[in-house]
Amino acid sequence: MTPRARRAKGAKGPKRVKKVRLLELAHARSGDKGDIANIGLIALNAEDYPLLVRQVTAARVARHFRGLISGKVERYELPNLHALNFLLYGALDGGGTISLKTDAQGKVLSTALLRMEVEVTR
Amino acid sequence: MTERRVRVGGGQGFWGDWLEAPVRLVTGGPLDYLMMDYLAEVTMSILQKQRARDPARGYAGDFVTLMERLLPLLVERRVRVIANAGGVNPRGCAQAVAELARRLGLAGKVRIGLVTGDDVLGDLDALLARGHELRNLDTGRPLQDVRAHVLSANAYLGARPVVEALQGGADVVITGRVTDAGLTLAPLIHAFGWRPDDWDRLAAGTVAGHLIECGAQASGGNCLVDWARIPDLANVGYPIVSAQADGTFDVVKHPGTGGRITVAGVTEQLVYEIGDPTRYLTPDCVADFTSVRLEQAGPDRVRVSGVRGRPATDMVKVSVAYHYGYKAVGTLVYAWPDALKKAKLADRVLRTRLADLGLRFEAIMTEFIGAGATHGRLADLGPLAADLPEVQLRVGVRARELAPVERFTREIAPLILSGPPTVTGYAGGRPKPEEIVAYWPALLPKAEVRPVVDVLAA
Repeated sequence: MTPRARRAKGAKGPKRVKKVRLLELAHARSGDKGDIANIGLIALNAEDYPLLVRQVTAARVARHFRGLISGKVERYELPNLHALNFLLYGALDGGGTISLKTDAQGKVLSTALLRMEVEVTR
Repeated sequence: MTERRVRVGGGQGFWGDWLEAPVRLVTGGPLDYLMMDYLAEVTMSILQKQRARDPARGYAGDFVTLMERLLPLLVERRVRVIANAGGVNPRGCAQAVAELARRLGLAGKVRIGLVTGDDVLGDLDALLARGHELRNLDTGRPLQDVRAHVLSANAYLGARPVVEALQGGADVVITGRVTDAGLTLAPLIHAFGWRPDDWDRLAAGTVAGHLIECGAQASGGNCLVDWARIPDLANVGYPIVSAQADGTFDVVKHPGTGGRITVAGVTEQLVYEIGDPTRYLTPDCVADFTSVRLEQAGPDRVRVSGVRGRPATDMVKVSVAYHYGYKAVGTLVYAWPDALKKAKLADRVLRTRLADLGLRFEAIMTEFIGAGATHGRLADLGPLAADLPEVQLRVGVRARELAPVERFTREIAPLILSGPPTVTGYAGGRPKPEEIVAYWPALLPKAEVRPVVDVLAA
């Protein structure tokens, strides 16, 4: 029996809490609408969706991107797709044609979000 | 009994997409409609600049070149085309295709549908005078603030005028600013006779359009999940919606093509560039993306069902393009050792010189490509930062006036001999100042926009 299986079975002792990057639990795609970037975050396994809902809050994402965006963060839930949609305001230096950024359309903010660490119990 | 299916292929996800894709969609298997989306907002600004220089231009010229290859095939295989390639000059685009059809000996065999009425530039002052402020949806400012700089104004038309063109017998429908999703919804409405208040089916067709409007992004391209194992992207099959009358549809691709169609990949495209998922707004309906059910119905086949919709709002989106100012971007590459330190020193030298010249910019942005340009402080390089093989210094400036931007473009090359060492990557020459045509999204009551449909015989 592996140590992990023993822990899961044992009635005593807390489960081990481990920090992992979102990259291990989710995938994502991002894009733009003007100066707003959207990031769709999708659980790789449906059973991890509640964990995303609990831990990847709008406030947490706003902190994650602090200094990189100038506005608020909104979150929407798509339980049918085990996905969350984030809107990052003021993320693109004016957006579209105005922006001086390499990623003027927020196309790679998807994996910037996947750098975030969440706690999993295993 | 197999139920009747209508197949719509997404052949271009933007102006500049793979030129082979639409040809392969037409020749690689069964297809009823070839849909091509050419118009990102950035594209409208490029087309706008072209029309400003030459009134005969302002549409996606690539579309006409493509039609030269495709028209005979389309006639032979009875595939109809719907494209918003008309840009800011749909009539010019339609005339070019008609001329081409005659040249190819297809006169009398091709009818061209032309959808206009999206261009509201000529009505702008009357609209403002009637009290429509066309406030910027993002900033809340009234259009009057930039009225003097407006270059174009286009309302987003829905599927309806495209349906009318198809009903009028058009084989190739060319539009200006029609919503991306409407280009796919239209042939489904036409083929199945969906009623204008059948909100669930209209929403289903809208979701179908959203899924294939970005071409191969629905069939394995730019797909993050399991990306390294997606087969044969060189031969990627662009996505096809295979729809049934009840609004259920499958996302598929032609047999023998590369790429991959999975629930995970389709989900990525579903959440791409959306806002509130319960309110995906179009002129045709309000689609609720939280109602969408996806299932893997076979290899490279994802079934989409359960889509719910609500009545459209009585407003339409208007995209106004206006002259904003100028920008330029200069780059240089610094090599090991201390590549990042050298790039940073070069940036300081450059900025000091710009300041000493008294140049005023709205913004100066420096990025170090290869050292965290896209993810900023989230990318922790650790000890690697000191040992990078090379770093590209990328500096962009933006100003309302051309003069400071023009002067900036002459300050990059001098850094080669008068800045930090081991510098290269300047063979492209001096950066070019670029005019910024910016976008102003606003809303207008639907009643103020009147789509016009013509069907022309080639």
